[in-house]
Parts: sequence; C-alpha cells; structure tokens
Amino acid sequence: MAGTALRGRLSWQLAELVEAVAETPRVKTIIFNVPSWPGHRAGQHVDVRLTAEDGYQAERSYSIASATDGTRVALTVQRLDDGEVSPYLTDELQPGDKIELRGPIGGYFVWEPSEDGPLMLVAAGSGIVPLMAMIRTRAAADDDTETRLLYSSRSQDDVIYRHELKRLSGNGLTVVHALTASQPPGWTGYARRVDAEMLAEVAPPPAERPRFYACGPTPFVEAVAESLVQLGHDPLAIKTERFGPTGH
Amino acid sequence: MTVVSRGFRGRRAADVDPARVPPGQYVTRDFPVLSAGPTPHASLDAWDFSIVGELDEPRVWTWEEFRALPSEEITRDIHCVTKWSKLDTVWRGVSVDTLLEGIETSAQYVTQYSDGGYTTNLPLDDVTGGKAWVVLAYDGQPLEPEHGGPARMLVPHHYFWKSAKWVRGLRLQSTDEPGFWETNGYHNYGDPWQEQRYAGD
Repeated sequence: MAGTALRGRLSWQLAELVEAVAETPRVKTIIFNVPSWPGHRAGQHVDVRLTAEDGYQAERSYSIASATDGTRVALTVQRLDDGEVSPYLTDELQPGDKIELRGPIGGYFVWEPSEDGPLMLVAAGSGIVPLMAMIRTRAAADDDTETRLLYSSRSQDDVIYRHELKRLSGNGLTVVHALTASQPPGWTGYARRVDAEMLAEVAPPPAERPRFYACGPTPFVEAVAESLVQLGHDPLAIKTERFGPTGH
Repeated sequence: MTVVSRGFRGRRAADVDPARVPPGQYVTRDFPVLSAGPTPHASLDAWDFSIVGELDEPRVWTWEEFRALPSEEITRDIHCVTKWSKLDTVWRGVSVDTLLEGIETSAQYVTQYSDGGYTTNLPLDDVTGGKAWVVLAYDGQPLEPEHGGPARMLVPHHYFWKSAKWVRGLRLQSTDEPGFWETNGYHNYGDPWQEQRYAGD
C-alpha cells in the first residue's frame, strides 16, 4: 500500500491558462501549460496559489482531471458562490493569465493501469474529477481493466464530462448515472441517491476483489464506504477522498 | 518569485488575527472530514488503549479505565494540510503525559496507531510536556465516529493528520518509522508554521 515518497521540494511553478471549457453552469475545466511539469498519476492533486497586488495570498488544493499529457494539466473547478478562490478561477482567469501551482501531490488516492482487479469508481458531483483522471488514464493507455463508474448528479445538466463519458464507454468501461433531483423525460436509470442496494447491483461482487475509489461530499462518501463494508468488501480496498463543505 | 494574479483581491477575514493563521491556510468555521477509507465503528466493550514498544511492561486501559483517568479541557487552533484552519476548538481528553507517567523509556519516537490500520509518527518530545492529548469529546459532546470517535489524538502544533483518529495506542520506538501519509508523499514532521506539507518542504 505504501506509495512512492516524493523526492526534493515541490516548488511553485508558473502555469499559464491555455483554455477554459464550461462543463456545467457551475463547473469549468481550466487547462494550463506548465513547462516543467513532471507528469502525474491519476488521482493526484495540485496546490494553487493566488497573490493579490498587496501580497496577500490564498492557497487551495484541486484534483487533476487530465491524464498525463506532456506539459498540459487540466483542473475542473466547481464555482462556490461564497468561495475565495473558485470564483476567480472560473470567472476571472483568462487565457494567457498565469497562476502559481505546485504538484503533483498525493500517493494514496491514485490508480495506475498496471493494478490488478476490477475498478469500481463511485462519485457524486465534482467528486468525479480525480476519477475522471483514472478513466482518461485508462483510455490513454488503451487499458481494458474492467471498470464501472457509478456517478450521482442532481440532474442531467449537472453531469460533468457527460459526452466524454458516453464516448469512452465500452472496452470494459460501464458508466451508470444516478440523477437524484430531476430526470429527463424517458429516463430509465437510477433516480435516487446512491444506496447499498444500488452499490450491490452495480459493483462487482466481493469475490472479484474490486478496488474502490469513492469521492464526493463527506456524507456521500461516508454512506458509500459504510455500505460497501456491509456488503462484504475489504475495507482496505476502499479508498476515499472527501470534499468538505469548505474543501474548495 | 511571486506573481501577482491579475484581478485577484482575495477575501481577508476581518475578525481573524492573521498571526494565528499559518502560511497558506484559511480559517473555516465548519469542521471538514478527511480520511483515507471507511470510518471504523469500534465497540466500546472491545475498545482499549495501549502503550507498547520500548518499555518494560505494556500498559493497557479498558474504556472504563480510560474514562476514569484525569482529563482536562483543551482549547487550541487546529490546522489541516488541505488548507483549512479552525480556531479555538474545544476538546476534553487525557494528556499523553498522564499516560506516560512513571514509564521509563529510551525511545525517541512514537507511532500513533488506529483502528483501520492508520499510523502516524512523531518524535516523542512532540507529544510530551503538555503538547498532546487523547481526546474523547469535542465541543462538549462525545467524539463522533467520523471525527475519530470514540477517541482520537490531538497534537495541535502539527498538521492535523498527525492527530490520529480512532487511536488505539502509542508505540514507543527507538527509530523513526514514517506512518501512513508520511509514506504517501507528505512531510515527515508536518509543522504548519514552517509549511511542511509535503516531502521535501
């Protein structure tokens, strides 16, 4: 389980915004060019630092959304109306602007195509971001690890990466949506919050020893992890990452 | 080198003394939860707390025995490596000094170990001398499982991952053994005032 210790200090690097893509009304993907980017593993995050003219600084952590792709690093940021940093990143930052960033960070909530066992990803809302990095890394490596994503969103319009997830499905990837607040006409999928029954239906059985990655708000992750343990899955195979209410 | 972020003004908390906020942190009034896996639910009948490792005779307390130890109220600021700080948090617990009373050890290091397999390491000097507690209550209420209940460590002068949730004991060691996050890219010592977040900081 031990990860690889990082060597040397992770220094702040200049990252230039090259492109911003609206994902949903509240969520934007911002793609940076980071000239000395060393590459990263799916699930890792970066620290972002903003500096005001008077020297005041604010730092936050954001999950990396992209697979390793040269010097390009994509973050997907949900705008929090009362946030200090996220509205700046989603509304103010323009292509050509530079911010400071350091990373990649984290050696636990990570996945690499060489790992055994089916992969079971469970996300709510912007908790999809580090899991999308895993799906993209898997696709980029042409890896056919059996992978299932159970993804809870409020409505279809709130589904981040909706079209890309559809396009990447197949070749061992199954995507199952749960739409908790409203559903489009003719919706035949899940129309409730993720629960133990849903996890039993979607996840591979314990005998297949799936690896779980669950990410989302704390109550969601607590409920998912507890249900998985009750269904007989190995607690040590369940990796969680939680977004607290002020996490971003 | 620092670069000004065009158009960024930031939002300085007017009612917070900046001297209490370590570099790169922001003050929150919520209490976010961070842990790497499922929350363990310990049965108090089976719960105990141990001091093991470099000492003549391991010490073990049952839940009832532990609750009968002298405890104190502790008000401290806490700092999570994920950037939030929370000021004036109020806990009740047993000082590590109380637990180590009368123990002779040549150990220089201590590993906190928990239900669920979590560990974290520190020099022994960083948990003695009124600097660390095993806490059973937060804000006047028994500690909830997601915040580490029934018992967690409180070592507030380090980033909060150095305060193990669901703690079951302390292992006194002659050598330093990096714990869970310390082997996953995080700093071995974790002083928030030195911004020792990640290995190499």
